[in-house]
Amino acid sequence: MKTVIQAPELVPMTGSEAVAKAVLQAQVNFIAAYPITPQTIIVERLSDLVAAGGTGAVFLNVESEHSAISACVGASLAGARAFTASSSQGLALMHEVLYLTSGLRCPIVMAVANRALSAPLNIHGDHSDMMGSRDAGWIQYYVESAQEAYDWIFQAYKIAEDERVVLPFTVNIDGYVITHSVESMTLVSQERINTFLSPRKAPFRIQPAKPITYGPVALPDYYTEFKRQQHEAMLQAAPVVEEVTQQYGELTGRRYSNLVPYALERAKVVIVSLGSVSGTVRWVAKNLRKQDLPVGCLRVGLFRPFPSEQVAHLLQDADLIVVLERALSLGSKCGPLASEVVSALYNHSKQPRILDLIGGLGGRDIPPEKIEQIFRAGLEPQSRPGLELEFLGVRE
Amino acid sequence: MVTIKQLQTEELFGPGQRTCAGCGASIIARITLKSLKRPVIVINSTGCLEVATTIFPNTAWHVPWVHGLFENASAIASGIEAYLKSANGGLEADIIVFGGDGGTFDIGLQALSGALERRHDFVYICYDNEAYMNTGIQRSSATPEGAWTTTTPVGKASPGKSGEKKDLIAFALAHHVDYVATASIAYWGDYITKVQKAAEIRGPALIHVISPCPLGWRFKTEQTIQLAKLAVQSHYFPLYEVERGRYKLNMNPHQYPLDDFLKMQGRFSHLFLPENAQELKTLKDQVDQHWSRIQELCQGKQPGW
Repeated sequence: MKTVIQAPELVPMTGSEAVAKAVLQAQVNFIAAYPITPQTIIVERLSDLVAAGGTGAVFLNVESEHSAISACVGASLAGARAFTASSSQGLALMHEVLYLTSGLRCPIVMAVANRALSAPLNIHGDHSDMMGSRDAGWIQYYVESAQEAYDWIFQAYKIAEDERVVLPFTVNIDGYVITHSVESMTLVSQERINTFLSPRKAPFRIQPAKPITYGPVALPDYYTEFKRQQHEAMLQAAPVVEEVTQQYGELTGRRYSNLVPYALERAKVVIVSLGSVSGTVRWVAKNLRKQDLPVGCLRVGLFRPFPSEQVAHLLQDADLIVVLERALSLGSKCGPLASEVVSALYNHSKQPRILDLIGGLGGRDIPPEKIEQIFRAGLEPQSRPGLELEFLGVRE
Repeated sequence: MVTIKQLQTEELFGPGQRTCAGCGASIIARITLKSLKRPVIVINSTGCLEVATTIFPNTAWHVPWVHGLFENASAIASGIEAYLKSANGGLEADIIVFGGDGGTFDIGLQALSGALERRHDFVYICYDNEAYMNTGIQRSSATPEGAWTTTTPVGKASPGKSGEKKDLIAFALAHHVDYVATASIAYWGDYITKVQKAAEIRGPALIHVISPCPLGWRFKTEQTIQLAKLAVQSHYFPLYEVERGRYKLNMNPHQYPLDDFLKMQGRFSHLFLPENAQELKTLKDQVDQHWSRIQELCQGKQPGW
C-alpha cells in the first residue's frame, strides 16, 4: 500500500498580508489604526477583510497613531481583543500611550513594521523605532519571516492574555524586507486556531454593574508596587512563552523559541542579530562551517523579557561576539542589543570580546559577502578591547 | 426644565474626594451623574477632577471610570463606545467624557476632533476654569484676554494674557455635532436638562460648562455659585444651545455690570489700574462682541440640518 504524505498547501503572501490574515483568524474584535509606510498594507488588508463582512471586528480609522493605540486601550478595557499596527514615527507618537497600555495591563497586540526614525526622513527598515520604546513594558518579539509574523500573532495573543502575564505584545516585522516580500506561507485552518486560542476572558472589563476605577493616581506610597508587579509579570511571561510556543509547535509543527542558535558548538566567532538579517547570517555561517571555519550565530527572537541566562549560556564560550545591530544608542558605549548581551555576560567568568557592529540603518542592505567578511575578520588574530563599537560599511 | 425631585438620590460621585473648597468641577461631576437615566461610563482626562478623586487606594467614583492621559480621553472613549456598541448590538450605557479646558481646548483638541468627526455616541463635558489649574494656574487657550496667570504674569511689558478665548462651541459645530451647549452650574436645572438632551442624542454631543476656580480666579471659596451666576448675567459667558445647527439663547439677562463681575476676581485686578485701561477695554469689547454675535445667531433664522 502506498502511503501518501499530504504536502501542506503553500500560499503566496507578503508579511503584511500574513499579519492581516492572522489578525482576523485570531478573532480580534477591535482594530484602530493610522497609516504609515511600511505598515500601510497591513491596515489596508484589514480594512478589506473587515469591509467584506462577517468578521465581527470593528475597524476604527483614527486621526493619529496616538489615538489608534488610545482607542485600543479603551476597547481593551471594555473587554475587546484589540489590535493595531504601526511603524517608526507612528510608534514614536504612541510612546506615552505605550506605557499607559502596559500600566493598565491591556493585552493588546501590535505589529510594528520596523523602520528608521527621522531626521533625515527614511522610510526603510531598521530597529530604531522599537528600541526607542523598549522599556515601555511590552513583550517584544522580532520575527524573521512572513510565516513567523503570521504564527506569532496567535502566540502573542495567547501569551499577552494569559492570566499570569496580562501585558501588551509587539510583533516586530522588518519594514519592507518582511512586510513587502512575498513568501510561500502555510496557513492554519480556523478550526485548529480555535482549539489553540479561545476568545478573550476579561474578568476586569468595564461593566456598569461592577464599577472599577481604571488609571488612578498612585503617589510615592504605591507607585513602586505597581511597577514591581509589571516587572514580575514581564518575567513571568518567559515561562509562558515557552509553554505557548510548545503548544503551537504541537498544533502546527512549527516550534518557535526565544533564541535561535546555529552552529554554536566550538564556534569562535558568533554573530548575534535580530529579525530578517538573521536568515542571511545563518546561511553564510552554514557555508563557512562547510569550510570548517568555527563560526556560528544566534538570533534573538524575544527581546522583552530578555532571555539573559540563556544568551549568556550560549555565548560564553565564543572568542568574539559580533552584535549585528540595526539600531544605535547615540552617545552610548554600544547599541541596545549589545547592551543586553554585555549585561547578560556580566555574571559569567568567561567574558568574550564583543564587537557591536552597527549596520543596516535606514534600510541599508547587509549582503552575504559583508557577513562573510565579518566572520573572516573575526577569525583573524587581533587585540580588540572588551567591547567596541563600529559602523558596518560606512563612508568615512 | 428638570426639577430637583426628578434627580437621582443616589450619590455616584463622592463623598470623600479631594477637590478644593469651592471647586466648580466637583459640582459639575456630581450633578452630571445625578442627571443621567442610564448606567454611566466616565472617561476623564488628566486634570484637577481626575487627580483629586482617584488617589490610590481611594476613589470617589461609583461608576466605571477610566483615566488614560491628558490628551487622549476622547480617543479612549471612542474605543470603548465602538467596541461596546458592536459587542452588545447597541449601547447600554451613557459614555461621558470630562475634560478641563487644557485637556479640551489645547492638548486634547485633536483627539476630540477625531471622535466628533467619527460620530461616536458620547457626551463630552468640558469643565472650563480658564487655565491649567492642576499644574498651578498657567494660561490655556480658554484663558480670557487680560487675565493674570502664572505664565501670563503682569509686568511693565505685559498686561496679562493676550489673545481672545477660543470658541469651543464653534469648533464643535465645525464637526456638524447635533447638540452643543454652554452651561453654568448656577443654573443647574438648565445644565441637567442639557446633559439629558446630550445623552439622548445619537452621536456626539458637547457641553461647555463654566467652572469657577477660587484658587485660579482669586475669589473667596463661598462665591463659586455666585460667580457662575454673574458670569452669565454679565454676558461674560452666554447660556445657549445649538440643536442640529439651530441656535437658542437659554438666558437673556439684563446685563449685570461686567466691571463688578471682573472686580470680584483677583486675576483681573490689574486691569483696573489706569495703565491697563486699554487691555480692560479689549476684554470688554470681546465680551460685548461675543454676546452680540450669539444674540444675532439665536435671533436669526438658522437653516439647521
